[in-house]
Amino acid sequence: MDLLLEGIRKAFYLLITFDAEVMGITLLSLKVSGIATLISLFIGISVGTIVALSEFPGKKIVVSLINTGMGLPPVVVGLFVTIFLWRSGPLGFLGILYTPAAMILAQAIIATPIVMGITLAAMQQLPKKLRLQILALGATRLQMVWTLIKEARLPLLAAIMAGFGGVISEIGASIMVGGNIKGYSRVLTTATVMETSRGNFDIAIALGIILLLLAYFINLILTHIQQRERPR
Amino acid sequence: MKRIAGICLIIWAAVILSGVFGSPSVWGAEKNIILATTTSTQDSGLLDVLIPIFEKKIGYFVKTIAVGSGQAMAMGQKGEADVLLVHSPDAEKKFVADGSGINRRLVMHNDFILVGPPADSAKIKGMKSTVEVFKKIASTGNLFISRGDNSGTHAKEKAIWKVANIKYEGEKWYQQTGLGMGQTLNVASEKKAYTLTDRGTYLSLKKRLGLDILAEGNAVLLNIYHVIEVNPAKWPKVNASGGKAFADFMVSKEAQGIIKTFGVEKFGSPLFFPDAGKKVEELGK
Repeated sequence: MDLLLEGIRKAFYLLITFDAEVMGITLLSLKVSGIATLISLFIGISVGTIVALSEFPGKKIVVSLINTGMGLPPVVVGLFVTIFLWRSGPLGFLGILYTPAAMILAQAIIATPIVMGITLAAMQQLPKKLRLQILALGATRLQMVWTLIKEARLPLLAAIMAGFGGVISEIGASIMVGGNIKGYSRVLTTATVMETSRGNFDIAIALGIILLLLAYFINLILTHIQQRERPR
Repeated sequence: MKRIAGICLIIWAAVILSGVFGSPSVWGAEKNIILATTTSTQDSGLLDVLIPIFEKKIGYFVKTIAVGSGQAMAMGQKGEADVLLVHSPDAEKKFVADGSGINRRLVMHNDFILVGPPADSAKIKGMKSTVEVFKKIASTGNLFISRGDNSGTHAKEKAIWKVANIKYEGEKWYQQTGLGMGQTLNVASEKKAYTLTDRGTYLSLKKRLGLDILAEGNAVLLNIYHVIEVNPAKWPKVNASGGKAFADFMVSKEAQGIIKTFGVEKFGSPLFFPDAGKKVEELGK
């Protein structure tokens, strides 16, 4: 119990004093997971929408694959991304293993199916007649899709939260492809594991609390946006 | 509402992009060295002291990947690292013999110790021979926690079991964590079990552990660290000059001096003993 209090005290101490290393780690977590989420939004929402709105043979298989992907284990993603990015691997020429760029890649792979799956569910939930109605009002296909996305914005914000929450708290892939390099690819989760194995439990708890606070504030902003306008 | 959301998103994106793409080291690779090393050198904090000095002096950026010695050598074997700092002598000799590594040089040593619950239910305290200690733990059926991760520590432990001629695989009293040294010590402490550890990691974690040193000081328990450059003739993509620069630095007077005093302030005794230029046979005498 003392340890926990000590950790909480340490967390606030590190936050209030703007500890340079902790700030760096926190900012990097935010950057890596932020970009990864942005990439996953781009791919996830577009593919999710296309799959939701089109009919094709084998659609059920595709949908179930996407839904399975929502539970993609980060360590498995980490392993495959590592193998691809090795100097001897197919993407070795990029030379980005053990960089934040590699972490963004891995996290984007983890977050994309999450965003895609939620987008899919949100789009399929919209009444079918809505599409016909929009088209009947003279909208182009693109305008129709845009209107549908706007209509599904509340669940789509939930997709952002789920995607971001999935990657900011992820460790398996980050430590494998990022390497937990001090001042370079060390993020909150990997730093927490390392400090735990170093026996610095107070700092580990502090980092954990900062991670929770970060996730909370991001979600607070998103929830605020989401709840401002209730569905009619 | 849309405007606010849009502004939020733009600010977010701007902050993120400026940071990541603004820093030049993210994409460049030439000035990087990948150092594959053991968890013990990182967990003890030694590399946090040495690497910034090296980086400042030579201008390379060191990417330290802390894994077990086994994995570090596996990375070297595939040309995925430039230089290794490891402590698994038998495996290292094979590594150099098969042409994966060159220029293996002695850097430092400390020692392994056997730690266990203060109550010492296997009654091993005071025993002289480490091999006898291992035999007694096995025969009394006291829980022994192994790293089980092909690390240098794990290799040492397996070598001792082999000398003691004891079958441990699958035994009830034998458990493997598959984790780093620090976490394995925590597990042993919680389970009131025995485990083999390097002295450095134990000393740096001691205050939180309910474990005492029960066997030490035997020649069999020496823990020897070598630096090995990955063979650029085998892997052209290896940063040979960077690897060599780091290896040279580790055996330089400056680094050896830092190793000598590292940990004295915090633990009252050094965690590692510098050995550059010595022969393995001279150690521990």
